[in-house]
Amino acid sequence: MSKEPTAVLPTEPDENGVTRAQFIKVAVGGMCLAYAAAIGYPVYRYLNSPVEREAALAAIKDVTLAGADKLELGSVLLFKFGPYPSMLIHHRDGKWVAFDAVCSHLGCTVQYHPDLDKIVCACHGGVYDAYTGENVSGPPPKPLRKFNVKVGSGSVLVSRV
Amino acid sequence: MAKIFEYLDERLSITELRKFGEKKAVPLHKQSFWYYWGGISLLCFLVQIVTGVMLIIYYKPGPDAYNSVRSITYDVEFGWLIRSAHSWAATIFLVSIFVHMFSVYFMKAYRSPREFGWWSGIALLILGLLFGFSGYLLPMDQLSFVATKVGLAIPENIPVVGHAIANLMRGGYEVSEITVQRFFAWHAVVLPLIYIPLLMFHLWLVQKHGNAVPPSEEAKPEKERMTIPFFPNFLMKDLALWLVTLNVIAFFASIFPQDIGKIADPLGPAPVGIHPEWYFMSSFETLKIIGKLIPGTIGEAVGITIFTLGLVLWALIPFYDVRSLAGKRGRLATYFGLFCLAVLIVTTLLGYVMA
Repeated sequence: MSKEPTAVLPTEPDENGVTRAQFIKVAVGGMCLAYAAAIGYPVYRYLNSPVEREAALAAIKDVTLAGADKLELGSVLLFKFGPYPSMLIHHRDGKWVAFDAVCSHLGCTVQYHPDLDKIVCACHGGVYDAYTGENVSGPPPKPLRKFNVKVGSGSVLVSRV
Repeated sequence: MAKIFEYLDERLSITELRKFGEKKAVPLHKQSFWYYWGGISLLCFLVQIVTGVMLIIYYKPGPDAYNSVRSITYDVEFGWLIRSAHSWAATIFLVSIFVHMFSVYFMKAYRSPREFGWWSGIALLILGLLFGFSGYLLPMDQLSFVATKVGLAIPENIPVVGHAIANLMRGGYEVSEITVQRFFAWHAVVLPLIYIPLLMFHLWLVQKHGNAVPPSEEAKPEKERMTIPFFPNFLMKDLALWLVTLNVIAFFASIFPQDIGKIADPLGPAPVGIHPEWYFMSSFETLKIIGKLIPGTIGEAVGITIFTLGLVLWALIPFYDVRSLAGKRGRLATYFGLFCLAVLIVTTLLGYVMA
C-alpha cells in the first residue's frame, strides 16, 4: 500500500459542507471589504468635511438682519439663511415676507420683480406669488419655502416656520 | 456572470492576457526577494497620486498656503491622516527606490540589454527627489521655508547661469508665496507629467527584457534555474507585499502624524540644528564636510562637482563594468557599489549625529 502524500490539499468539504476553496474565497473577500471600509470611511469623511460644516450651519433656526427694518417699501433684501440664499420683501402695502430664494424647479436663485409684484426665476421662466410663495406658472413644482418675519427696532428676525 | 465575462473577453481579450501572464516566467532564486522593491515603490507612487489629489481639494498655493495646510491638519475630518499618509508614503517611496536601485546594481541588472532600464530608473529617482524637494515647501512653515532657501543654494552655485536658474525657480531673489505657487505647479503638474510616461517606459522595458538574474544564477546550467509564473504566483506575492506596504504607511501615518510648524517668517533666523529630510542628508553633510576642508565658494563648487561626477559615474556603470558584461565576476563594480552605499549611509548617519 502506498502512503498518501502529505502535501495534497484537502478538496473535500468538511463536516459543515465547506471546501477549502470556498473558505479562502469568503475570507479573502471579507478582508477586501474590511480594507475597502477602513480606507473608504476616512476618505468619505475627508471629502464630506465641508458638507458636515454646512450641515451645522443649515441647522440654524433663525437669522437676525441688522438694519433691515429700514428696508424701503417695494424692495427686496437678499441674505443667507445658513448656506442658502433667501429673500426678505417689504411690499408696497407695508407687509413683510421672507422666502427661500431657491427655485423649486432646478435650484436657480429667484428674483423679486417689484413692477409685476411677482417672484420670477430667469432660468426657466418660473413665476411665484410674492406674498405666499405659491408657484403660479412655469415649471416649478412646489411653492417657495416661507419664513416667519418679525420686525423689531433696528433689525428683522427671520425664522423657520 | 459568465455571459458578461464572455462579452468583455471577446472585446478586451482578458483570457489572452491571463495566458500571457501565466506563460511569463519570473526567475526564482536566493535573491528573488529584491524583485519586489520596484513594485513597492510603484504602490507608494499610486498612494501619492490618490492622497495628492485629495490634498489638492483643500490646499491653496500662494499666500494662503500655510493656513490651508493648517486647516487640512486640524479642521478637515481625517485631513491629518491624508496629509500624513502623503508624507510617509513619500518616505517609503524613496526608501524602496533606493533599495530597488542598489539591488539592481548588485545583481548587475544594468548590463546589456537593460541599460535603458537603469538610466530611466536613475531619472525616476532624480524626479522622485525633486518631488520631495518641491513638496516640502508647500506647507510654507518656517522649516520648509528655510530648507528651500538652503536647497536652492545648490543651483545658485552652478557657474555662470546659476543665479538665473535659482531666480527662475524661486520667481524672485527670495523664497516667497510666488515660489510656493511655482513649486506647486512643479509638484502637482509638471513632475507628474514627466514622471508618468517615464515610469511607463521603465515598466515596458521590464516587461520586454524580463527580470534580470544575477551572474551567480547565470552561471548555473539552464536545468537548475527555477522560475515561477508571473500570474498568479508572482502577482499574488507582489500584491501581498503591497498590502504589507499599505499597512506600514497606515501605521506610521496614524502613529506619527505630520505636524505643522510656525508660519514662515522671512525675517526669522534659521532654526538651530536645522537639517534636511533624510534623503538629502547625505549630500547636505558631504557639502558641510567639504566646506570645512575647502572654505568658501570653491568648496561649494568642488562638492557639487563631486556629486555630479559621482552621479555620472553611477549612471555610466553599464559601459565600464565590462567584466560583469562578459559574465565574469565584476568585483570592481561591486566594490564601487559598496563604497557608494557606505558613503551614503555614513554621511547620512553623520548628519544626524552632528545635528
